[in-house]
Amino acid sequence: MSSLLLLRHREISNLNRLDIYVKNGGFKAFKKAVTGLQPQQVIDEVKTSGLRGRGGAGFPTGMKWSFLPTNLWPHYVVANADESEPGTFKDRELLEQNPFQFLEGLAIASYAVQAHTAYVYLRGEFWQQAAFLDRCIAEMQKAGYLGDQLFGSDYSLRIYTHLGAGAYVCGEETALLESIEGKMGQPRLRPPFPAVEGLYGKPTVINNVETLANLPYIIEHGAAKFMQYGTAKSPGVKIFSLSGSVNRPGNYELPLGSTFRELIFGLGGGIPAGHKIKAILPAGASSSIILADEKALDTPMDYESVPALGAQLGSASVIVVDDSIRMDWLVNKTVHFFRHESCGKCTPCREGTYWMSHLTEKIVHAHRKEDVQLLNTVARQMQNKCLCALGEFSIMAVMTAIEKFPEDFTASKGR
Amino acid sequence: MANEIKLTIDGKQVTVPAGTLIVDAARELGIDIPVFCYHPKMEPVGMCRMCLVEVGRPVVDRATNQPVLESDGTPKLQFGPKMETACTTPVSAGMVVIGMSDKVKAARNDVLEFLLTSHPLDCPICDKGGECPLQNLTMGFGKGTSRFNFEDKQHNQKHVPLGELIYLDRERCIQCGRCVRFQKDLADDPVIGFYQRGRNLVIDTSSEPGFDSIFSGNTTDICPVGALTTADFRFGARPWELKSAASLCNHCAVGCNLTYNTRREAKSDGKVVIKRAMPRQNENVNEIWLCDKGRFGYHFAESHQRLEKPLIRKDGELVESTWEEAQDLAAKALRAYGFRFISLASGRLSNEDLYEMKQLTENLHGQACLYSPMAGGNLTPLIGYANPQGLSSVGKGTVIVVAASNLHQEAPIWWMQVRAAVKRGAKLIVVNARSTRLDKFASAVVRYRFGREAEAILSLVPGSETSGESGKMMTEAENLVVIYGSDGIGLEGSRQVSAASAELLRATNLLGKPGSGLLPIWQRANDQGAWDTGFTPPDDLVKVVSEADGVLIAGADPAGDHPAYAAALKKAKFIIVQEQFLTKTAQLADIVFPVQSMLERDGSYTNGMRRVQRFMPVVEKLPGTRPDYLVTAQLRQKVVHSNLEFISAAQVFMVLAAHLPDYQNLTYARLMETVPQHPILGRSDVYYGGTSFENRQGLGVQLDSAANRREAYSLPAAPSVQNDLPDLEHAEELMAVPVAELLDTGTITQKSVLLGKRTSTPFALMHPKTAQQKGLAPGEKAKISLAGVTYQTVVRVDESVPTLHVLLPRSLGIPLEKPTLVKMAQ
Repeated sequence: MSSLLLLRHREISNLNRLDIYVKNGGFKAFKKAVTGLQPQQVIDEVKTSGLRGRGGAGFPTGMKWSFLPTNLWPHYVVANADESEPGTFKDRELLEQNPFQFLEGLAIASYAVQAHTAYVYLRGEFWQQAAFLDRCIAEMQKAGYLGDQLFGSDYSLRIYTHLGAGAYVCGEETALLESIEGKMGQPRLRPPFPAVEGLYGKPTVINNVETLANLPYIIEHGAAKFMQYGTAKSPGVKIFSLSGSVNRPGNYELPLGSTFRELIFGLGGGIPAGHKIKAILPAGASSSIILADEKALDTPMDYESVPALGAQLGSASVIVVDDSIRMDWLVNKTVHFFRHESCGKCTPCREGTYWMSHLTEKIVHAHRKEDVQLLNTVARQMQNKCLCALGEFSIMAVMTAIEKFPEDFTASKGR
Repeated sequence: MANEIKLTIDGKQVTVPAGTLIVDAARELGIDIPVFCYHPKMEPVGMCRMCLVEVGRPVVDRATNQPVLESDGTPKLQFGPKMETACTTPVSAGMVVIGMSDKVKAARNDVLEFLLTSHPLDCPICDKGGECPLQNLTMGFGKGTSRFNFEDKQHNQKHVPLGELIYLDRERCIQCGRCVRFQKDLADDPVIGFYQRGRNLVIDTSSEPGFDSIFSGNTTDICPVGALTTADFRFGARPWELKSAASLCNHCAVGCNLTYNTRREAKSDGKVVIKRAMPRQNENVNEIWLCDKGRFGYHFAESHQRLEKPLIRKDGELVESTWEEAQDLAAKALRAYGFRFISLASGRLSNEDLYEMKQLTENLHGQACLYSPMAGGNLTPLIGYANPQGLSSVGKGTVIVVAASNLHQEAPIWWMQVRAAVKRGAKLIVVNARSTRLDKFASAVVRYRFGREAEAILSLVPGSETSGESGKMMTEAENLVVIYGSDGIGLEGSRQVSAASAELLRATNLLGKPGSGLLPIWQRANDQGAWDTGFTPPDDLVKVVSEADGVLIAGADPAGDHPAYAAALKKAKFIIVQEQFLTKTAQLADIVFPVQSMLERDGSYTNGMRRVQRFMPVVEKLPGTRPDYLVTAQLRQKVVHSNLEFISAAQVFMVLAAHLPDYQNLTYARLMETVPQHPILGRSDVYYGGTSFENRQGLGVQLDSAANRREAYSLPAAPSVQNDLPDLEHAEELMAVPVAELLDTGTITQKSVLLGKRTSTPFALMHPKTAQQKGLAPGEKAKISLAGVTYQTVVRVDESVPTLHVLLPRSLGIPLEKPTLVKMAQ
């Protein structure tokens, strides 16, 4: 038995082998759903569990499933394995070490919305993981967990992998759909939302890999047991990808509501000797930067509590910044990332990220006050105008860094 | 009224149909919300973010479903945390839109600042200057200075030829996507697209030749900056230097309305020259589009090869003469040879020209021949498609049958509109021997072996055992439009096709409504006008011509088209030609009168839908030339001593309106009437719809049909089934059939050098098996023997072409007027 819900492979060796996975209770939940539950019951159970999307938005998963109209078919489920947020590497570990739990979750989600075709969209750089998943899927098919008339029912399901080609923006769900459809990965207009008009214009659910990996547990053990973990509004466990100025970076599974201190100084082993913690980026490059004071460190990591610090939990890619790092240097990095990844469709993001990158570059070298003010202005000018979240989030680190660490943007003495 | 929404924009109330976008609703109020990527003829994308406005919606109590009210009784409004794009948001009841607040003004200012960061300072040399949405909106809403560091501007390639007709400046492009969306959604030629991402997003073309689309010119109209420019107009003139003249395209039967922009310039020796052709909005004809043939194909008028002096034959040679001498000679000849007189006219002539020719022909008791291999022009006054709105509003409930036509090449704008109609819910049935660019939108495709066109059309008659799904579609339809062309048929085939098409309409009982009728795709702009004035194609033109004593030819070059006609003309006793160029026919004439092109004069054309439209003079007439109608009238005066009362086109029109049955109540003034059109385009806000011109010179008048007027009429009998087709299985020859290519080398088309590279080259299209049988290799040269003459061509293969047949394009050097047996070899 494993005390972990998601990173079970750390306690059970070779869990990424089908026989081992099955031996450890694998596919019991999927079989239970297909043979014993109505699709609506599955949706209700997941709704009750309060499971929220683990890709960053934190939207209630069961509620998202219930948006699909039942008079338009077919339905599709797409697993978002585009994991490209800097500082996020949780889905990769699941895909490599516990793939069957993820695939079982994908199968359960498909059954819940009565989709017979599901896709796993992987970022282009994950070609090895995709090949591995293809083998897993083939094995599942051979063993009767995928295909026609599963477990003697009339439910059939096929899963296909699809590789992207190296664009962060394809993690945005509508850009992801465009990519699967063979078009340029640029976000679509919303509304309509994918639940109503998604892949090939049909109702589609898009869920993060980690979200899906939670489903077997919920279906097998029930929503109530799931809710014993985490907090009331953010139930369950989360894989935190910890990186940056910590002694033990890596993926850590903790109940939601655990504090930053527990993660960074507990599991993470604290800050390297001789340095002090300075800031936290809880959501990778898309973060609003948190000043790492005592209050912040004792803040629970869940979807409700983090906003009190002026930030979002996001995908929980916790990047730790210590006092050896200047924020102007850091912001230059994040801004260059977004400038590189901007799809270019909308004016503010296309021109704004380009402009900001020139400004941050200048600031790192010359620290002119006018440039810092202009940088802040440009960021503000982009705000609430962009077509998708990429543009909107690209400015958060910029504005919060300037606000909370103004001294890092001035010329320093002796540093 | 149901489905009408009332909302408030900037304090003013407006009521619009449900589904209207905020930006369009605002225009109804005269409020112009600035846009770049939005275009009223395309689906909105909300990319440029220029149209952000504040949107408030009435709050509704979820529990009671009642609107929540403020203390003063007005509905409580909920404004979103973010502004919304007016171009993607449909109106809703009680909506309040604010476009005049500081927040919105700041947003527009910000977006413009972003757009101008890497936009080059090209205004002094950019063609768009003066009609540039970016300029106008910057003046209206932007900053006077830029905070962006000049050295950081991203540079990109300038003057990138996307093919030789359209140039792209990648620095100027603001990535609005209008061009890409037009090509993909409206033209179905996705040959340009975005490449790379972010600030590096650029337009590129994926076709060879570049930008391979006959609609490419339209993207330069809708481009909101000077990124896409035409080779025709590049560095030509400043918009404010240009004068506008309303005219019509004279290349096909659609009758696109256009505006020619002219300028009197020193470098052209003080002449007024045409700088470009632009679409003139007529939602009932061409909306705001032109095909490239019309847009770039006007240069014939300015060609140096234009005839300027009358020519008469002296001692076997054509020599220059005077009008006096030539006209006297012509009159003398006609008085002498008048008793077997024929006139041969084409749809290149205006109604006025044709009317005068018909009068002269009648005066001389002659035969008025229409130079056209198509039949059916006598049916259109009876059952023609007489929808005053043309095809641009056709949708659900209408079945469109397109028979024997390669519509994309024969009438490009109608092809665009048929496609759009299908998207709106109309059903398309294609009846053709081979595949064309209509097949993919068709609900049903009926194939036939060349020669069995009529049978195939009649197989659709509902209730017949062959009609199947298509028959069912037609019994459920509210309207039926039957369009027929000349793909693979000659005059005889056309008679069969037109009669079968008429019978199909009659049998479905859908005649008598504006939305139903017969629509022939004439080969020339005013063929319908020619039919209406009394010209008909003779069964055997060769016979008629060779037996004639006196022949008057205007607007046609039969000798250039077919050696049989040249031989026939040589047999005629006296030939008078009215022409703009020294064509092969003119070279055989006894007298050649140099005439004006339609750009130097006014007149009227009747398009294929029987809409009579007027065109105005654009450039000064070439000295020494006269309009066709005047030449013929003066000839009449000399021959039969008629009163030369008519010296203007307007006066001729008055007379023909009085005498031609359907043209009563028409006047030039009526042809010039306009009504407000939707979408509201062509005003000072060029950003909204592009640089098409508002139509203030006339929408023309749609003639009605006898069927719609509920008058009695009789149709020809349905054609009988062809049983006497030649047996090709055991023949050495192949059956060659003529087909249309849009960019051919017709008399006026070939003078536009710009289109030279896009002009089709001769080809012989056949089934791969047929090629194999005859030892021919696809893509390789081959010889074709036709009536004893051998021609060179290139073999092309297509599996949809019936075996044992070969398709040859008209007007590309190989004379083929009707299905003819030919021999082919390597």
